[in-house]
Amino acid sequence: MTAESPTVSGSERFTGDDPAPGTADDSAPDTADDSAPDTADDSAASAVDPAGDTPPIEVSDLSVSFGDVPVVSGVDLRVERGSLVGLVGPNGAGKTTVLRAIKGTLSPDAGEVRLDGDPAESLSPREAGRRVASVPQGTNLAFDFRVRQIVEMGRTPHLGRFDGHGPDDERAVREAMDAADVARFADRAITEVSGGERQRVLLARALAQETPSLLLDEPTASLDVNHAVRTLELVRRLVDDGRAALAAIHDLDVAARYCDEIVVLANGGVRAAGPPEAVLTAETLRDAFGAETFVGENPATGSPTVTAFDEADGEGPRGSLGSRRVHVVGTGRPAARVVARLSAADHAVSVGVVPEGDAAAGVAVDADAPAVTAPPFAAVPPERRDEATALAREAEVTVAVGKTGETGEAEAESASESEANAAVLAASDRIVRISGDADRGVDEDELLGAVHGGSGGDLTGEGDLAGEGDQVGEAGDIDLPDRRD
Amino acid sequence: MSAWGRSAGWSAALAAALVAVVVASAAIGPVRIPPIEVVKAVLNAVVVPAGVETTPQWVGPLMLPSVDLAYRSPFAFPVNGVHEQIVVGVRLPRILMAALVGFALAAAGTVMQGFFRNPMADPSIIGVSSGAAVGAVAFIVFPVALSATLTLPVVGAVDLALSHGAGVSLFAFVGALVAAFGVYAIATRHGRTPVATLLLAGVAVQTFLGAVISYLQLQAGESLRRIVAWLMGHLSGAAWSDVAVTAVVVPPLFGVLLVYARDLNVMLLGEEEARGLGIAVERTKRILLGAAALITAAGVAFAGVIGFVGLIVPHMLRLVVGPDHRVLLPSAALAGGSFLVAADTIARAGSTELPVGIVTAAVGAPFFIYLLMTREVHEL
Repeated sequence: MTAESPTVSGSERFTGDDPAPGTADDSAPDTADDSAPDTADDSAASAVDPAGDTPPIEVSDLSVSFGDVPVVSGVDLRVERGSLVGLVGPNGAGKTTVLRAIKGTLSPDAGEVRLDGDPAESLSPREAGRRVASVPQGTNLAFDFRVRQIVEMGRTPHLGRFDGHGPDDERAVREAMDAADVARFADRAITEVSGGERQRVLLARALAQETPSLLLDEPTASLDVNHAVRTLELVRRLVDDGRAALAAIHDLDVAARYCDEIVVLANGGVRAAGPPEAVLTAETLRDAFGAETFVGENPATGSPTVTAFDEADGEGPRGSLGSRRVHVVGTGRPAARVVARLSAADHAVSVGVVPEGDAAAGVAVDADAPAVTAPPFAAVPPERRDEATALAREAEVTVAVGKTGETGEAEAESASESEANAAVLAASDRIVRISGDADRGVDEDELLGAVHGGSGGDLTGEGDLAGEGDQVGEAGDIDLPDRRD
Repeated sequence: MSAWGRSAGWSAALAAALVAVVVASAAIGPVRIPPIEVVKAVLNAVVVPAGVETTPQWVGPLMLPSVDLAYRSPFAFPVNGVHEQIVVGVRLPRILMAALVGFALAAAGTVMQGFFRNPMADPSIIGVSSGAAVGAVAFIVFPVALSATLTLPVVGAVDLALSHGAGVSLFAFVGALVAAFGVYAIATRHGRTPVATLLLAGVAVQTFLGAVISYLQLQAGESLRRIVAWLMGHLSGAAWSDVAVTAVVVPPLFGVLLVYARDLNVMLLGEEEARGLGIAVERTKRILLGAAALITAAGVAFAGVIGFVGLIVPHMLRLVVGPDHRVLLPSAALAGGSFLVAADTIARAGSTELPVGIVTAAVGAPFFIYLLMTREVHEL
């Protein structure tokens, strides 16, 4: 769990246009707060190792319970300099609890939190406040402080009891307000700004703290799409400049796009940790979230993108019906959706013959499903047709999307492709025909039901009758198991 | 301008206002005295230390030099002697007492509202006023002679005796602190004192003490009138000695509160965030609560339960100077002093003297309602 995080450099990421022109470089404070005025008496500050290998945040074997209810146990976690770690997991998995333990606002039952190598418990609140800053999910401010005053409070751990704000403090506050894009309404009362603006004010306050580590709890939960991206790009830049950041994030796509490493927290412990590509898999997500998901690649960012499906009752891997070997014939988005949905339901899917570059072929790659492709606008080579036919033969069910295989009927198919697919269908044990109407989409319940041979409504009757006996028995079980607990 | 700069500006202005209110108040009464005469009389009363005289004195085998400060009056304006006596001997102690009590209650109220993040919080919220009332009422109903003779080595026997009035104050002070500590102890578990628990414990203790006060009133008989007068709040009978004691107790406590003003700002974000911003939350809470309870106790010990000052004055000033406690706390305290001096002037200006508590409530509440209706009040 304490794997070294492979740092992805900023240039390899899709960063788009710099969202805050002119503030990017000068606003990102230097690597650490070594330059910050150290007015404190704490000698512990000298133990901070600015370039060494002590991780800014290290959590080992952390266990926390509220009363008799254990929330998390045995959590190991490590955030390196220059690394953004995303903490994901279902509601109530203990993400916020872990963050609070790191902040020191709750004391763990067991285990240890180290900040820059020193046990968090040994640090004074002031010293801890100079090592780690946090952006809470929300805040309830009962009095109408100005936005600027809230941001200035971020300097508290750097100030002695009688210190006023010096030039360093002024600079830090100004830069933080520019970076978080709150300078425009710096003189408005915090009670008068919107929820999203308030969230950015809290981010600015954390930035003004100029700590080597940042903790973010759902930093983008109430932000519009523009500010969500700006916020994460900002965090990304700070991290690329050498800070360490740990963020609890609900949105898996966002986590995948910005984090160097993802830690999946579920059922009170770490379920998986590592680079997004390694962690965000249908298996892990099913374990952690109990959801059927399809993990694809976001064409705009190249990062993994997760689509969750509602589990149809009685279907799927944990129902009594189990996983099926399914071959899909068809092209375009309807076929792509069928492949995604079936693989999310843990069926072993294969595809073909489809033209190279077809949407269904792309999804098949994401789903690790074997796909037989042929060059588009050309005759299907016989060996490809045979390959696809073999896959269909070994499959329990073949799903035909649209009018594939019917020469002259399927719009997207050339005559050669129709002919090849007709051969594939002919080799199938049982065929389920699904409407290929791109406008209507694919009815998931129908599809899953039909694959299991029971209640699906769009069976065309072309199926192999030999399987019918089982199907009736299975269909009777469909509604029994409830896997939602 | 920096917060402390703004604070100094507002403080200077409100201190000047307080001086003006004090002078005006000293001019008002059955005998009208021109304000200029008041100023002259007050200046005449000012003494400054001029030197130190020591006289050798033998106590047993020890030579203890008795040290005396020599004073001199720097001013000698010609003033009507009767006027001077009225101003300095009669009106000024009462007026200064009012200023100190108003200052203390408004400061404590400001801190409590911030501490509890609750606009309805006032200095009595943790049972201080109820405790003081029980102490005072108990002493009025069952007076005990507070006199003792201490026999100290070397010095010999020293007679200590407290007047009845001082006894009431002492019991009120002790009662206030016992109640506040009780509320704190009830609300504290495992070294943590959740603010919500503290608030509820305060309500419970206040209710209980209210029952005790009611019972004592039933037992009071002859002294019921004095009890009622004390409970309504009063400043009549304040002597220079009372002023001196209060003036020694209140400013240092106020200093403590002011030192923690910035921490109090951060505490308004919530305890968890305050911790994240480097505040030692539980320790800060103890210090703020302790200092606020003490300063309130010092105020109510002499003057009885004077309501509304600690509730309304902080609100009014928050509307004017904003929520930053570095500015708000001194501003509210000084304005509280002016407010209570003015209220007490009204209380004693009529043909029959009213308890000042009635005036503060009767004047303060409508003014507060006016503020609520005319200004946009955010979730204060």
